[in-house]
Amino acid sequence: MGLTMAEKVIARSAGLPRVEPGDMVVADVDLVFGHDGSFPLALEVMKEMGREEPWDSEKVVLFIDHSAPSPTPEISNLHRAMREFSKKSGVRLYDVGNGICHQVLPEEGFIKPGMLIVGADSHTVTHGAFGCFAIGVGSTDAAVAITSGKIWLRVPESVKIELKGELRGPVTTKDVILKVIGDVKADGMNYKSVEFHGDSVDYLSMASRMTITNMGAEMGAKATMMPVNGTARQMIRREFGLEVKEFLPDSDADYSDILEADLSSIVPMVACPPNVDIVRPVEELSGTVIDQAFIGSCTNGRLEDLHLAASILRGKKVKVRCIVIPASRKIFLEAVRDGTVEVLSKAGCVVGPPTCGPCVGAHMGLLGSGEVAVSTSNRNFPGRMGDRNAKIYLVSPATAAASALEGEIADPRRYV
Amino acid sequence: MSRMLDIKGRAIKLGDHINTDYIISGKYKFKTQDMSTLAKHAFEDLDPTLVSRIRPGDILVAGVNFGCGSSREHAPRVIKAVGISAVVAKSFARIFFRNCINVGLPAVVLPNAFVDSIDEGDFLSIDLKEGTVENLKKGLMVEFRSLPESLMQLMTEGGVVEYVKRHGSLPWS
Repeated sequence: MGLTMAEKVIARSAGLPRVEPGDMVVADVDLVFGHDGSFPLALEVMKEMGREEPWDSEKVVLFIDHSAPSPTPEISNLHRAMREFSKKSGVRLYDVGNGICHQVLPEEGFIKPGMLIVGADSHTVTHGAFGCFAIGVGSTDAAVAITSGKIWLRVPESVKIELKGELRGPVTTKDVILKVIGDVKADGMNYKSVEFHGDSVDYLSMASRMTITNMGAEMGAKATMMPVNGTARQMIRREFGLEVKEFLPDSDADYSDILEADLSSIVPMVACPPNVDIVRPVEELSGTVIDQAFIGSCTNGRLEDLHLAASILRGKKVKVRCIVIPASRKIFLEAVRDGTVEVLSKAGCVVGPPTCGPCVGAHMGLLGSGEVAVSTSNRNFPGRMGDRNAKIYLVSPATAAASALEGEIADPRRYV
Repeated sequence: MSRMLDIKGRAIKLGDHINTDYIISGKYKFKTQDMSTLAKHAFEDLDPTLVSRIRPGDILVAGVNFGCGSSREHAPRVIKAVGISAVVAKSFARIFFRNCINVGLPAVVLPNAFVDSIDEGDFLSIDLKEGTVENLKKGLMVEFRSLPESLMQLMTEGGVVEYVKRHGSLPWS
């Protein structure tokens, strides 16, 4: 029996000819990263362990993206400690203004197919779009990986999800992944490595793929991975300027489950509060009055997301406050250059600097009691974006833009 | 610190899918690393009165997917800081479960029916060595599958930092 993508990466990293689901291994990591929400605690752990030296400063990367620029003096002090560590250790730090870790890592060429990546962030699974076994961990696991280059792992079962058919109109991969999460539920893929296959994947840009792998975290997946075939290599070259090698599972790999999704039948979807797996078609929510729209985050803050929003907002005016935050400086600059920022700003949007924005509840557009928002981010838990009595509906950039225009949750198919 | 293998405490019941934003909101966790300060806000967005009901040694009893969402390790640390001695649940989200091992918060998966039979305030006794949980009030007992020995040792010796302080290195490095 052949190996799945996860099994291939883990076997290589553990120095074993093959591994099977349930095996416990100690593996070498290829890359570790953390950010201002997780690294300060990892640094404390490193100090308490008496191990402050990174095992390889070239393979550790830090980001100040969650509360960037700092909204409080207390957070500024945590940022300062990160800068001091970076200076002392030689570990690369992407400071305020560079953007969100999951976008900046591939842009800066850190990501290669087949890598074992450990990130102190639950959305580390995003890098599975590049064929990486990329897993989210807490601060102590990150501290151990940073100082030893190793992590213990239980080899996960692998599940295959076949994507068939083509997306229609303004429907995006955000709607696809929301539909999948609604079907399998928030714990449906707990501990599993989920591989997305099928002809439809070939048509998707890397940006669209990353939206799918990113939200694997919301169904409990340990990793979400996509094969890196010829078309994927082209997309990676076009969008990130990287030359990468093919990385595929064995043709006789063993999956614990195989599921299918027909993209041509998927309509714009909405994840309703208080959980990401309460997913309904947009027409069932139409008319829900909103106070704010947020377009951004590691899920949907990429150039094609801003383009889609701008195509709906061009020449019109939003009815409610609409916050648009590009995921990286590179995206921000391209959106300035190609006029997208101007279109959005003239439509009444606030276009912010590259950062996680209000998604994590730290700054830049938090919600008050009783307020309602549509958001292109990945979590709608009560209190996530501000007051516990605010409501968050997760949507695609198209649905967010259409809703901002109407001041209520709106079907984007009317505009495209 | 000696190994903490026998835990006795009063049950505090929670529901399914208790996420780490509920345990400690991002509004607070970015500001400080001081867990006793953060502990004042524990479970605030779920139930603002919960913390005042918790007494030192209490055991959290939860449904499925406890600790889902963000990777924030502040979550199990804050649970320890409010005085909780262990968490038992129908299932855990994976990052949270790893974090529990790493910070020395005993976390145990129990069968659904046993969790459902526990009422708030029941007195529970957890034997991590034998792999049993007993509901002393109801006279019910159940076995659970223990972790591999090296991970159980990490968890019961107080987590990675305490383990390294004591042994000089981790079991594998």
